[in-house]
Amino acid sequence: MRAASPAWFRRPSVLPGFGLTVGISVFYLSLIVLVPLCGLFLKSTGLGWQGFWQAALAPRAVAAYRLSFGAAFFAAAANAVFGLLVAWVMVRYRFPGKRIVDALIDLPFALPTAVAGITLTALYAENGWIGALLAPLGIKVAFTPLGIVIALVFIGLPFVVRTVQPVLQDIDAEVEEAAASLGAGRLQTFRRVILPAVFPAILTGFALAFARGIGEYGSVIFIAGNLPMVSEIAPLLIVIKLEQYDYAGATAIAAFMLLVSFVLLFVINLLQRWNRARYL
Amino acid sequence: MFLNLGVGLRFAAVGLVLSAMASTSASAGTDILNVSYDPTRELYRSFNKAFIEDWKARTGEVVAVRMSHGGAGKQARAVIDGLAADVVTLALAYDIDVIAEKTELIPADWQTRLPHNSAPYTSTIVFLVHKGNPKGICDWDDLAKPGIQVITPNPKTSGGARWNYLAAWGYALRTWGGDEAKARDFVAAIFRNVPILDTGARGATTTFVRRGIGDVLLAWENEAFLAINELGPDKFEIVVPSVSILAEPSVTVVEGNAKKHGTLKIAQAYLEYLYAPEGQRLAAKHYYRPVLPEHADPADVARFPKVDLFTIDSLGGWRKAQAVHFADGGVFDQLYQPNR
Amino acid sequence: MVATSRPHVNSVISEPLWVRLALIALALVFLGLFLMLPLFVVFAEALRGGIGAYVEAFTEPDALAAIRLTLITAAISVPLNIVFGVAAAWAIAKFDFAGKSLLITFIDLPFSVSPVIAGLIYVLLFGAHGWFGPWLVANDVEIIFAVPGIVIATIFVTFPFVARELIPLMQEQGNEEEEAALSLGAGGWQTFRRVTLPNIKWGLIYGVLLCNARAMGEFGAVSVVSGHIRGETNTMPLHVEILYNEYNFTAAFAIASLLALLALVTLVLKTVLEWRYGAELAAARRL
Repeated sequence: MRAASPAWFRRPSVLPGFGLTVGISVFYLSLIVLVPLCGLFLKSTGLGWQGFWQAALAPRAVAAYRLSFGAAFFAAAANAVFGLLVAWVMVRYRFPGKRIVDALIDLPFALPTAVAGITLTALYAENGWIGALLAPLGIKVAFTPLGIVIALVFIGLPFVVRTVQPVLQDIDAEVEEAAASLGAGRLQTFRRVILPAVFPAILTGFALAFARGIGEYGSVIFIAGNLPMVSEIAPLLIVIKLEQYDYAGATAIAAFMLLVSFVLLFVINLLQRWNRARYL
Repeated sequence: MFLNLGVGLRFAAVGLVLSAMASTSASAGTDILNVSYDPTRELYRSFNKAFIEDWKARTGEVVAVRMSHGGAGKQARAVIDGLAADVVTLALAYDIDVIAEKTELIPADWQTRLPHNSAPYTSTIVFLVHKGNPKGICDWDDLAKPGIQVITPNPKTSGGARWNYLAAWGYALRTWGGDEAKARDFVAAIFRNVPILDTGARGATTTFVRRGIGDVLLAWENEAFLAINELGPDKFEIVVPSVSILAEPSVTVVEGNAKKHGTLKIAQAYLEYLYAPEGQRLAAKHYYRPVLPEHADPADVARFPKVDLFTIDSLGGWRKAQAVHFADGGVFDQLYQPNR
Repeated sequence: MVATSRPHVNSVISEPLWVRLALIALALVFLGLFLMLPLFVVFAEALRGGIGAYVEAFTEPDALAAIRLTLITAAISVPLNIVFGVAAAWAIAKFDFAGKSLLITFIDLPFSVSPVIAGLIYVLLFGAHGWFGPWLVANDVEIIFAVPGIVIATIFVTFPFVARELIPLMQEQGNEEEEAALSLGAGGWQTFRRVTLPNIKWGLIYGVLLCNARAMGEFGAVSVVSGHIRGETNTMPLHVEILYNEYNFTAAFAIASLLALLALVTLVLKTVLEWRYGAELAAARRL
């Protein structure tokens, strides 16, 4: 496949269907994603260059980004740790009910986000089951930024587990045995052999969970206190602008968030490609 | 085996046809769409039934009324963006003003077309507190005291919350003889006591009643009555402040849409029926103050406490209130500036 | 390739018993707190009014309309995304071309776009004041605040699922088998059906299940374009919100539990399939 003669656009391959499949992909992608997003950017240009940045970088917007990005970051980090743990347990160990638990991991994909939000709020509010346990310790979860992190952990968990799981499965036992025979302890083997192998997958899962967390609305809105400058997430700010019929202002914030997400995803995909090229 | 692309495509094609049918068969000239705000669900459920029966008795025609509920601002925006409402029954006149301004569906003088400023029922803002009023909350002053937790939705996203805010503002102006700086400090002190800003009135009620957060909920009078009935007659009670605002939820026919659907006559009759004895009776039954109380059940009317009410016009009208308080960078936003 | 479950515990590459138990316990506590407890709450709230009230919540006409709309939406958006997902995965995994990372990034984008924005972009396009709005109004075509808008928003949100699932799988499998089939005289379509499809079917099933689950559960984007007309443009998640706002908590959680149940059934189904055809699956992977 890695033929030496590089055409400027694509490397030659004997497989058919390139034109057809790229055609379908690009057409459908344009129709559903690209054209509508262009509409968004065009609308935001109605403000002019200066107006755009004024709307996109107003102090309140910046506070909202800080919260959205910060909460998404911490939630994704928590998911990276616990996602790895869950994936590890699912791949390496056997225990009763494992298959059911394994199936449950995809639940956050399927449960409507509003239901997730309502349920988590009910659990973590001061009179909820978990909230009541935490309240005497002085820990408030619901209606604080911590609550947002909790909701985003729920939303993002499957991304990490499902990207790490297959990679962990494919690690060759021989490598670990070799490490052990060379005198490495179990922890050392994990750190030196296993972790480097799954690290790209963890990074991908982290990034997907992070990207998803930035934009999440339905589940967060119930558990966040929604106080301006404190617990107001960026998507809520978009909604508020819309309620005031400020379409240009709303699209400016939306466009800014979109740009950041895009750059983020692009860097990850480049990283992955580079990683793949290194190992092939 | 399990994936036959041909079948998949055919499935999709059938689905598209189905959905196209669903979207065009919607208006046959005898059904109307009423786009309303959140707290009117129960009222219009019984009102629609009464209107349909009445219309059938009068004309022999069977009509259907479809309902759409949501936050008032969101609903107005949906109509502007093309939601094909025949009538709108929203939380405040400003939301209908905006529809008139941004589209040609409603004339600018819509508010003069029906009696009583096009508001067939009114309401006001009251306090909902825990049974026995443990914090001794009696009037607006008490909301600004340190240590009191006040629950109200976000005035940016909720029409009801705008009435809440303006009621407090109006009280402050009266108390300090129109001193706006004092009023601003007073409202700021109240909002410092607000731990959560839900996006809608029903969300705020849930936070207060179900999550057990806060000492007092600012609510529409009708919402407060309903919350007590539905969620805990033995747990909450209503406190009526010394003065409050006269909240006029407005209604109007969306002429542009109704003409296109051929439903203008039904739509007009529908709103007029709100002023008819049966409409007024149902409004009072659902805790809205009827504009013609003589038509309502005296027992229902007796439930409404006497409150000294001021109007939005005494604060300069909705346009001014919106621009001064709720627009970007307005007084409400300034309350949350970090340097304060 | 290492088998999925290890038949014997090799002591050099495994942990002491207490470590294993501790890790399992930790993982289960975490999953319990974050997944099972919320799920439990949904069912507990749903059944609070007894089985009668639970069943009643589904037989109410508005609930039935919401269920029907949700099924229609999924039935349209999922097949379309399957066609796209397979085509995109084929193009990306089997060929090397300029702009590939860019294409993948665009496919990923709907994952990270806020549902609010996803709804907004279609309002900007198809709303009465949008790009195509005047034309749509003039020709009496309803997209926003009608079923087509809900379908389009759902397609957007579930766009990456199938493609994302297939791309790494097909990349890992390489091109050798397809090249062999072609050299033996098979046509392109035949090669895809006889060689590629059997190889990717597990990934495909999994992608379809996730895509379907998300299509049924989407709330934010659909909420923006729905118009919330009772019995007409309310999907199940929107109906849940309505019931919740009407203080009808039992019915709200009943519908929510149905959604959770749908998801669980599909996920368990997938697990059972995997288990039954596990040998076949392993064989396919070993090839």
